[in-house]
Amino acid sequence: MKLRSSVQTGSEAFRANRAAHEAMLAQIADAAALATAGGGEKALARHIARGKLPPRARVAGLLDAGSPFLEVGATAAHGLYDGAAPCAGLIAGIGLVHGQEVMVVANDATVKGGTYYPMTVKKHLRAQEIAEENRLPCVYLVDSGGANLPNQDEVFPDRDHFGRIFFNQAQMSAKGIPQIAVVMGSCTAGGAYVPAMSDVSIIVKEQGTIFLAGPPLVKAATGEVVSAEDLGGGDVHTRLSGVADYLAEDDAHALALARRAVGNLNRRKPETVAWQSPEDPAYDPDEIFGIVPGDLRTPYDIREVIARIVDGSRFDEFKPRFGETLVTGFAHVRGCPVGIVANNGVLFSESAIKGAHFVELCSQRRIPLVFLQNITGFMVGRKYENEGIARHGAKMVTAVATTSVPKITMLVGGSFGAGNYGMAGRAYSPRFLWTWPNSRISVMGGEQAAGVLATVKRDGIERAGGTWTPEEEAEFKRPTIEMFEEQSHPLYASARLWDDGIIDPRKTRDTLALSLSAALNAPIEDTRFGVFRM
Amino acid sequence: MFHKILIANRGEIAARVIDTCRKLGVRTVAVYSDADRDARHVALADEAVHIGGPAPKDSYLRGDAIIAAARATGAQAIHPGYGFLSENPDFVDAVEAAGLVFIGPSAKAIRAMGLKDAAKALMEQAGVPVVPGYHGANQDPEHLAGAADTIGYPVLIKAVAGGGGKGMRLVERPQDFAERLESARSEAQTAFGNPAVLIEKFVQKPRHIEVQVFGDGTSAVHLYERDCSLQRRHQKVIEEAPAPGMTEKMRAAMGQAAVRAAEAIGYSGAGTIEFIVDASDGLRADRFWFMEMNTRLQVEHPVTEAVTGVDLVEWQLRVASGESLPARQEDIPLTGHAFEARLYAEDVPAGFLPATGTLSHLKFPDGARAETGVRPGDTISPWYDPMIAKIIVHGPTRAIALTRLAAALDATEVAGSVTNLDFLAALARHEGFAAGDVDTGLIARDLDALTEPRPASAAVTALAALGAAGLGQGGAALAGFHLWQPLARDVGLAGHEAVVELLGPGAARVTVDGQTVDCRFEGGRWWIDGRPMTDRIILTQGHVSVFGPGAHHFALTDPLDRDSGVAGGGLTLSPMPGLVKAVFVSAGQAVAAGDRLAVLEAMKMEHTLTAARDGTVAEVLVTAGQQVEAGAALVRLEEEEEA
Repeated sequence: MKLRSSVQTGSEAFRANRAAHEAMLAQIADAAALATAGGGEKALARHIARGKLPPRARVAGLLDAGSPFLEVGATAAHGLYDGAAPCAGLIAGIGLVHGQEVMVVANDATVKGGTYYPMTVKKHLRAQEIAEENRLPCVYLVDSGGANLPNQDEVFPDRDHFGRIFFNQAQMSAKGIPQIAVVMGSCTAGGAYVPAMSDVSIIVKEQGTIFLAGPPLVKAATGEVVSAEDLGGGDVHTRLSGVADYLAEDDAHALALARRAVGNLNRRKPETVAWQSPEDPAYDPDEIFGIVPGDLRTPYDIREVIARIVDGSRFDEFKPRFGETLVTGFAHVRGCPVGIVANNGVLFSESAIKGAHFVELCSQRRIPLVFLQNITGFMVGRKYENEGIARHGAKMVTAVATTSVPKITMLVGGSFGAGNYGMAGRAYSPRFLWTWPNSRISVMGGEQAAGVLATVKRDGIERAGGTWTPEEEAEFKRPTIEMFEEQSHPLYASARLWDDGIIDPRKTRDTLALSLSAALNAPIEDTRFGVFRM
Repeated sequence: MFHKILIANRGEIAARVIDTCRKLGVRTVAVYSDADRDARHVALADEAVHIGGPAPKDSYLRGDAIIAAARATGAQAIHPGYGFLSENPDFVDAVEAAGLVFIGPSAKAIRAMGLKDAAKALMEQAGVPVVPGYHGANQDPEHLAGAADTIGYPVLIKAVAGGGGKGMRLVERPQDFAERLESARSEAQTAFGNPAVLIEKFVQKPRHIEVQVFGDGTSAVHLYERDCSLQRRHQKVIEEAPAPGMTEKMRAAMGQAAVRAAEAIGYSGAGTIEFIVDASDGLRADRFWFMEMNTRLQVEHPVTEAVTGVDLVEWQLRVASGESLPARQEDIPLTGHAFEARLYAEDVPAGFLPATGTLSHLKFPDGARAETGVRPGDTISPWYDPMIAKIIVHGPTRAIALTRLAAALDATEVAGSVTNLDFLAALARHEGFAAGDVDTGLIARDLDALTEPRPASAAVTALAALGAAGLGQGGAALAGFHLWQPLARDVGLAGHEAVVELLGPGAARVTVDGQTVDCRFEGGRWWIDGRPMTDRIILTQGHVSVFGPGAHHFALTDPLDRDSGVAGGGLTLSPMPGLVKAVFVSAGQAVAAGDRLAVLEAMKMEHTLTAARDGTVAEVLVTAGQQVEAGAALVRLEEEEEA
């Protein structure tokens, strides 16, 4: 059924909302611009002077002309390391090579020589995780000095540190997910294992080097004096050592060879869902800015957003008269069938039961799930606790946690407390998790957290017979509110890779479409749910 | 009417004849050489017979094989087309001896017109005007001056033994005759040892106007004239009918002369009487002279068909099958004006050299007649005339027809070979031509302007870049999607720095050679810097072509087309340990890629080592009989010079 929008595009509120979103968007765009600038103009000039293509030109040259590029972690490490690692020194994303979706992971050598900061490692691993879950071939464009030594304790030893990159390569290769490396610069120490662990590796002549220890370390260790090229250049590795398979004349040639390698993979997407021919929404996605209030506390009807995301604005709403604070229903996004789970207020027991029911339906029918998350949490209070809201919430969390269908989560507003769990937050392994610039994520709202702390404090003071003026209380609450404000901001979250990136809300539909398409490279397995607390 | 005929030709004319046969219900037999196995005319015909190798002498000129093919397939008649055997009287004799019908004139008629001097004499007897001149033995100056007076000034004095302009003098006024004769004679004496001269009418502004005739062996009609004055080195480029500036009086005179000529030799079938016309004073009924007769269907026959409504091939078949002339002279209409342009695979900047290539894209305009022997994907081979097509237009007036010709040429799309299309289009817009002020020297005079290259504009190059990126039609729904930063891609347009930054579906920024343009795809076309582009963008293997008014072709670089196989410094290395059996080169010797350098014996096998590229041997590092290790340098080529 086609949704009917009741939005007044000429209204004062519409204009005010738009202005608020544009301001928030501009802040993210500035951060993204910093990230795409990489190590800056001087570093880039030096990079180019060596005969190398700029990192983003490498990605572009690998992908089909005109390919979409679904970038992951575009503002990773923003504000971290004193701004030393824009984009975490690594470009990652999904694009097309010969029409086949691949995960590209490209070091940006203009950022501290492409060395791995903790967030670089986390981003690389996240890219691999996406590739592994969605069975996307990986192409690594390697140009890195290896681990960032001053940060070695946060890069090397733990499970999800540097070594996990090669573990993932081996695991993926074992699952038949192709691993292709193009060595376009240094590939030192542990990094040497990226090409070595790949199914196919390409190296650029007189540019790429692969060695466990570079010339300075060799000299220190054994006294042998050797040039980088003789130690581990392209000629050596393609002729003598066999560490690399193809010798490329330059970056452009190497990328062409990588494209050819992908072209020869002999892969086909599995049959998963029943695609329909795509249709534009009946309402302009651009209007999302005017619809969604700038202030998270102002309620609005999430169906207005759904109407601007789905094909023909058609939405087969499931159980519309029950548990109304959770909107569930079937629709198509660029031809792909989806089950949408969207918040329209706080979660009650009925909403949670309805959510669990709907997730079961989609699992049975193998329909991918899209979560539009804007949740302050489950309802609190004696009535609700006593009727077992935790039990009903657990049903929804169990269903969401254990379903096998791909889940894509879009954080369109607040993500607070246990609501985050039921709505497929990061911990529930959605295939992709994207956020809007107006979104906020924290265990609870800053005001509530400060309020909780202030209540405890006031109780203590009053027990001791003291008094606490409202001014003193406000002064006490301020740092907590400020801390929550900072830490719940999407840039803070995305810098730490709690999500896959912040998007322009007007690109929600296309981002979902590309995420779904990428996810459907993996077959949809049968679901086996956990025990539902009845 | 015949029920089956064989067409002893190829290309567009074979296809053209088949068209009419289809219309008449006559079955067709094509013949083909090795090179034409998959040609259009073979595909169109009901049957096809292979007659030999690609060289014409091995196939299309083999009368015996063609006659054998006709007999084997039960064809009753042979249509010769034009060229090849079409004017060979011996072939006509052989066809008739085999009991078949030759669709064309008798061998006798062909022979009568075959010898140019004899033909002229014959025509003179029949009362057809020939170029006035004196070719007699009497070299008395008074007599020669008298002859010049009879011919009428201006005249040309030419050395009988002459050539290359030596002993040639133009005389415009009678009072100059004696002096010019004297100087011509003395020059002829010096150059050739023979002072004898001849006198000819000097045609000051020559035009080539020919009359289409059609005979049934006893009587003949004419189908008016064609003007073929637009020539380059005697090759016709654009033909038209009727001739611009033609008067009724002159048309009648020329038509009657042509009919007389045809009837004088008992002509049967389609033929053309070529006249030279002096247009220095406009067209005048007393200033046309017989040059020669073409005893076949002409290449340019479609312009006559366009203005008369007659299907000349149909007439050929009807008359050859025994009918008398299908129409009386007064029943042949002359309506409007027609042009034909000959589209060739030609390298115009290189001096109109014949070109070859596979036509990766080929599209003819709507509203024009295109006669062609090729289809998209066909190859223009070096074996035959490199004609791609004839484009024929018709209109109620010359001006309208010419406008249609220009439009049709603009809408003609060919990729895969260079063509003379731009040249034809320039000619179709030539002011003098538009004014009807034509003569056979027009193209040569204005050749530079007509062949001036038209560099592609930034907008057209941007379209090519978009085409190279596969975005000619705007791109897929999610083309260019990005979250924050669009990707900029070098699209590999050879000879240009072309980068496409796709901002989203149907929106791009293209930087071509340092100039950035804004591109939007709306309403089924690209808009560049706000200007709609009507050009069609065609992407073929390795090329992108932009067809707007005129065509621009861009090669795409293949990033895989490199060779990292050659070791640095041009060294040829031993692939394995072994014994050098022989060395074939020495220092200073030039080698070509693939030449043998040495033979290595290893593992009981002989391995021939060849040069990886062209070059000069700088050094031979081993001798025969020497044992070498794997990777040992055997031969070094000199460093390649920087291009």
